[in-house]
Order: sequence, then structure tokens, then C-alpha cells
Amino acid sequence: MQSLGIDVLFKGTNAIRLLKGLWVSVEISIISVAISIVLGLVIGVLMTSKNRIMRFVLRAYLEVVRIMPQMVLLFIVYFGTTRVFGINISAELSAIIVFVFWGTAEMGDLVRGSIKSIPRIQYDSAYALGLNKFQVHFFIIFPQTIRRLIPLSINLVTRMIKTTSLVMMIGIVEVLKVAQQIIEANRKASPNAAFGVFVVVFLLYFLVCWPISRFAVKLEKRWT
Amino acid sequence: MKKNLLTKLGTILVSTTIIGASLAGCGSAKADNAETAISEEDTATADAAKEQEAGDAEEAQESAEEAGDGEEAQDTDAVYRTLDEIKESGTINIGVFSDKSPFGYVDENGEYAGYDVYFAEKIGEDLGVDINYVSTEAANRIEYLQTGKVDIILANFTVTEERAQEVDFALPYMNVALGVVSPSDNVVESLDSVGADDQIIVISGTTAETYLEKNYPDIKLQKYDAYAEAKTAFENGNGVAWANDNTEVIAFSLENEGFTVGIPSLGDADTIAPAVTKGNESLLTWLNDEIETIGEDNFFHQDYEATLLDTYGADYENTLVVEGGKVQ
Repeated sequence: MQSLGIDVLFKGTNAIRLLKGLWVSVEISIISVAISIVLGLVIGVLMTSKNRIMRFVLRAYLEVVRIMPQMVLLFIVYFGTTRVFGINISAELSAIIVFVFWGTAEMGDLVRGSIKSIPRIQYDSAYALGLNKFQVHFFIIFPQTIRRLIPLSINLVTRMIKTTSLVMMIGIVEVLKVAQQIIEANRKASPNAAFGVFVVVFLLYFLVCWPISRFAVKLEKRWT
Repeated sequence: MKKNLLTKLGTILVSTTIIGASLAGCGSAKADNAETAISEEDTATADAAKEQEAGDAEEAQESAEEAGDGEEAQDTDAVYRTLDEIKESGTINIGVFSDKSPFGYVDENGEYAGYDVYFAEKIGEDLGVDINYVSTEAANRIEYLQTGKVDIILANFTVTEERAQEVDFALPYMNVALGVVSPSDNVVESLDSVGADDQIIVISGTTAETYLEKNYPDIKLQKYDAYAEAKTAFENGNGVAWANDNTEVIAFSLENEGFTVGIPSLGDADTIAPAVTKGNESLLTWLNDEIETIGEDNFFHQDYEATLLDTYGADYENTLVVEGGKVQ
């Protein structure tokens, strides 16, 4: 049997480089996810607002995010701002701006959906029990919304982590790029390295995403 | 012109929203400033777009600086840095491939290496500056130059007319052409001798495909989407020969027993050259002088021997290397 080519990871500093690349991906995702969740909650509540203009603006924002591939957004923010305004935004900051822009819109829509999915009767019953507006929202609607939100937002978060592989297009060397570099540098010495290295990359992504989904399951159990 | 204006407007709109949205998070008065500053700019740019970009850029810089989110606004209206500015800063930004062995790749110690990088090192040494390598992809090389985010692209950049309208190419340092590889027991040495029923393997979207379709419309082509598929098909004998970039077919014949490159150089010989931002005369002139000067010491032959010899062997040294910027 031919070797799977995992041995190339033990050459020189390859393994450390791969882990450093993973950290780059994780760092960008953590920052973007944290900001997106906070902003998404706000945007989501605003999306349910009765104000037509507000709803229209947020709707347009969401549509822009849906239509534009993340890659295009990255190019616009990283190269476009320099071209048009002459502003030089660093690659990392551009990546975070794009991921926050994207994450906030999608998170907002999830929040909106979760709030809307709470049946009218929950509000009516709560008011009938004599709770005031704040109590209704804080004690009745909010907890139910959050519970519905968890599985949905975990999907978004893991998707964001995986999409960080696109940032290689603006020159950030993250885990997938390091993997490609390692495979190419050893193209002659171990032509099968691609398989082994990508398996390791798969495991690395798994190691990052799996705890998040376990955590979500735990939260869901605790709140039911 | 109209398209330019539209593109510009689109970019402004989207980036305003993005920056606005990201700043909105701060929730401070600062965010308001930024948004108004940029939306003022929005109208200003729309008016002035037709006339001059330079003025706009300056205004934009001002408003950006006021808004306090411009990291490092450029100090002149040109996007590129002149030779003196590079020397003064002590660092040159060079865009290279980081995963195209043996031209530009990262070795196991995390150091950039390869034919392009060997040359880049020489540039850094002769300019007396440090090198900041930027990992580029084939698709973003021109963007990097046009926005001045790198000073030179040394990423196996083939000179074409379309590209020459977008960037300025210096003198070439390598040849690239098409090549045809075939099994050693039935070597195809001329495309005219290909029989009516024989098929030639190509990869879709490559220059080999375009060239053969245009110049040899009678030859039947077998097209594959990926390198690996074409390789397997060729090894299994699905076609009499395989046409691709000559560097690729030469490497293939050397790595695999029983295959010979019957036609090492076919069609229009293209060259590979360093590129700088359009209009960066001082850097371009320096690069051209540099290539001519180091050519006297056979620098690119040394480069070949240090980086490409293992892959392509000594036989192809003169086919591939361009010394002193002069194509033979």
C-alpha cells in the first residue's frame, strides 16, 4: 500500500505552519462570529419593526448579502476601497468586515424568523396573566426565541468558519492555503500527499466545529 | 466609460453600506461622522467621476481620515510607490505564488523558494531593501498591482496583450510555449503527422486548446476539465499525445518513464516577465536595467540550475531560460 503522504507534515516546520494557519482561520471566525451575533440580534429585532422604511432598508441589506458571493465582497472591500477611496484596509480587517457584514444579515434574518415563529397566543396569554410589555418580551418571548435560534445559528457559525478558506484570495495564508503549499512543495517527493494532508485539514476543521455543535446540543437540552 | 462609472457607483454603494454597517456596531457618534462623510463623498464622486480620479481619491482620503478608519492612506495621488519611495521605506512588497512549485512555493521551513523567488531575492539584495512576500493567486495578480498593494508581481506571469493594457511588464526572464508529449514507442514529432483518427488530449480552457482549435481544426481533441483526469486518460492511452504548457509536459515526461516530449516548443512563444503597476516608470526602468545587468553574469541560468534543474533537467535549460531580457 502506498503511503498516505501524512509524513510530509512532519518535515521541517510544516505541522506548526498548518496549526498557525488554523489559528488564522479561527481568529478571523471568532472575531467575526462574536460581532455578528451581537449585531445580528439587534438587526433581527429591528427587522420585526413596524416601521416600513426600516424594514425595507434591512430587507435590501439582506438581499445584497444573499446575492453577493462572499468572494466578491472580499474583493470589493479589499481592492475596491483602495481603488475608489484610496483607503488601505489590511487583509485581515477586510476579511472581518466582510464576514461581519454577511454574518449580521443572516443572523438578523434568523432572529427575525425565530421571533415571528412564536405564536400570537403566547403574547395574548402573557398579557392576560397581567404581565407588562417588558415582562412579556423578556420572560416569555425571548427565552423561546433563543431556544429556536440555537440550532440555526450554529449552522451559520460553522458555515462562517468553513468559508474563511476564501480569505486566501486576498493574500491571507490560512489553514487551507498552508495545506496547498505543503502539497505543492512536495509534489515530486510524495505525489500522494494531497490525500493525507487534506484528511488532516478535514480533522482540524472538525476539531474546531465539533465542540461548537456539542455545546449547542448541551444548551438546547438545558433549556428544554 | 459608462461601464466604469457604473462599476464605480456600485463599489461606492456597497462599500459604504459595508463600512457603515461595520461602524454602526460602535454605536458612537463616530459612526455617524463616518457615514455622512462617506455619503457626501458618494455624490462628489458621482459628479467628478468622469473628469478625474486623482481628485476624488484625495477627497476620499480626507474624509476617510476624518472618519478615522483609514489605516494608512497613501500620501500621493498615485497608487504605486516609486523606486525612491520603496528604497526609503526599506521594504519592497513582491507578489509571488506560494503553491506553484518549482516557480514559487513555500518550503518545509516556511521560507519562500523557487525560480521566481530566487530572482526576487536578487532584486531585494540589489535594491538594498527587505522583501515582504505576498501570496497571490492567478486571479488576483492584476488587482494587487492596480491597487498598489504590491510593488512587483513575480508570479509566473505570462505576458499577453490584454494584460499589458492593465499593467506594465518588464523584460522577460523565462520562455513559455506549448509542448506535446507522447509515448516513447510512438513519438509525435509534428502535428501534421497526426492521423485522421488519432486524438490529442487537452485540458479545457488552456492555451493549448485554443491554439489547436484555431491552427489545426482537423485534429480531433479529447478535452478534460482537470489536470488529473487528462493525465489518467493519457496514461491509459486514450489519445496519441497530450498538449499542454511545455513546462508541464516536460515535467511529466521526466517524472514518468516511457514518455517523450516530441514537440518541446509549439505555437507562439510567450514569455514570463515581472510586472509593475501601470505608469510606475522609475521601478520599471530599474527592473529592466537590473535584468540586463545580471544577465551579463548569466544570473537566470544560475537560477535555473538552483531551482528548476531537478524538475526539468539540463536539456531544457536554454529552451526555458531568457537571459538579459533577450528572447532568442
